[in-house]
Amino acid sequence: MSTIPKELRYAPSHEWVRPEGDGVYTIGITEHAQELLGDMVFVELPDVGDQVNAGDDVAVAESVKAASDVYAPITGEVVAINEELEDSPELVNSDPFGDGWMFKVKADDEAELEELLDADAYAASIEDEE
Amino acid sequence: MSSATTQRTALYAKHLESGAKMVDFHGWDMPLHYGSQIEEHKVVRQDAGMFDVSHMTIVDVTGTQAKDYLRYLLANDVDKLKDKGKALYSGMLNETGGVVDDLIVYHFDDTNYRMVVNSATREKDMNWLLKQTEGFDVTITECPDFAMIAVQGPHAKTKAAKVFSTAQNEAVAGMKPFFGVQAEDLFIATTGYTGEAGYEIMVPVEKAPEMWQSLLDAGVKPCGLGARDTLRLEAGMNLYGQDMDETISPLEANMGWTITWEPVERNFVGRAALEALREQGTQKLVGLVMKEKGVLRAGLNVKTDEGEAGIITSGTFSPTLGHAIAMARIPATNSSTVEVEMRKKWVKVDVVKPSFVRNGKSVL
Repeated sequence: MSTIPKELRYAPSHEWVRPEGDGVYTIGITEHAQELLGDMVFVELPDVGDQVNAGDDVAVAESVKAASDVYAPITGEVVAINEELEDSPELVNSDPFGDGWMFKVKADDEAELEELLDADAYAASIEDEE
Repeated sequence: MSSATTQRTALYAKHLESGAKMVDFHGWDMPLHYGSQIEEHKVVRQDAGMFDVSHMTIVDVTGTQAKDYLRYLLANDVDKLKDKGKALYSGMLNETGGVVDDLIVYHFDDTNYRMVVNSATREKDMNWLLKQTEGFDVTITECPDFAMIAVQGPHAKTKAAKVFSTAQNEAVAGMKPFFGVQAEDLFIATTGYTGEAGYEIMVPVEKAPEMWQSLLDAGVKPCGLGARDTLRLEAGMNLYGQDMDETISPLEANMGWTITWEPVERNFVGRAALEALREQGTQKLVGLVMKEKGVLRAGLNVKTDEGEAGIITSGTFSPTLGHAIAMARIPATNSSTVEVEMRKKWVKVDVVKPSFVRNGKSVL
């Protein structure tokens, strides 16, 4: 059973969302997602300044096994990307909820957060998959 | 993932002890990795790793006509094997020149050989081997009482030496690549599937877990099927069922070097078909290299400069080189590049010989 931090929100497509204040949210993929994908070899991120809509495929996590789309869980502007992943994509494997974060979005409408899953609901959604 | 019908090797419990992620591999419950496939890959290139290859099938071929039988069965010629223990890689072909399986055969004497064939094709191979015995005084014996451990990497031999007995170390001292020797209860061969030095060791099933533990204690890291696949691909070694099968001849699978055409009097299964194919020309298995971001993967479409279609048979991110590599079967081309269809886009990649890494270093 993989770790699912209580304080984060989740999309069913395995992204996590952490509030950083001022309407800015950090986004990455869950420990469960990186376990499914295996060792990461490339991560393609959006550009800072990109406007993204909830549900858009905005990044690609490419592992030894497959290339997998990463979706924006919320609508807004990309205000930062994790440039460390360019040289160290394995951070997504070793620390998916920390140093393996992917990008930050300034939310257009923070009410969108309410539509995401809490930790228990995400855990249940993983169980349904298996 | 695993079901009641999957088989387990003698090392199953050892894999779980080391935290393996197990997967169903053609009916066998095998380790995919023990945490990180890329770390395991690098251990084999830089130090010493080991693989459980007990699922592979060991077959002894004995009898007064064992040699004649194998000269008929295989496209390569066991008549080349003069020294005791010398091994040969060969395709075993059908009448249309397609590859039934690829295998290694060890020569002890002209009446006594040992073969190692693939696990995924075990039943088909056994039927084929038996069918071809007609007219030969030969006995085919499967040896399920052995487990097999491949110890590979630049430090594999020194670490394995700590586990071998004095007599076993004497038996392997100075042994050249592609030889095998029976040493007490072990059969130790200088073969492998990684492009590194090392051994493939056949050990009686009941002693396999103890041997695995001794190798762990000697500092050999367990490695799974994931690393095994990226290592063999970097080394330019074919995987049966992926880079060739019953519809693909050795000429189209970079196995031309395993066909022994001389003497012309030697008839072997598939010879007539191969001669016709050689005459008319065939597709070739080439290497592809892509230095941009992205991973070449099996099944992707390839297009030559002449506009003809080919396909990637095996592809991966190369942990040693840091970029994508692949093997592709393509029509003859005069160009040093081809295009690969990646996510609806045609990307230009370099064509190279299908061999990328040997002994820890790039051969590009």
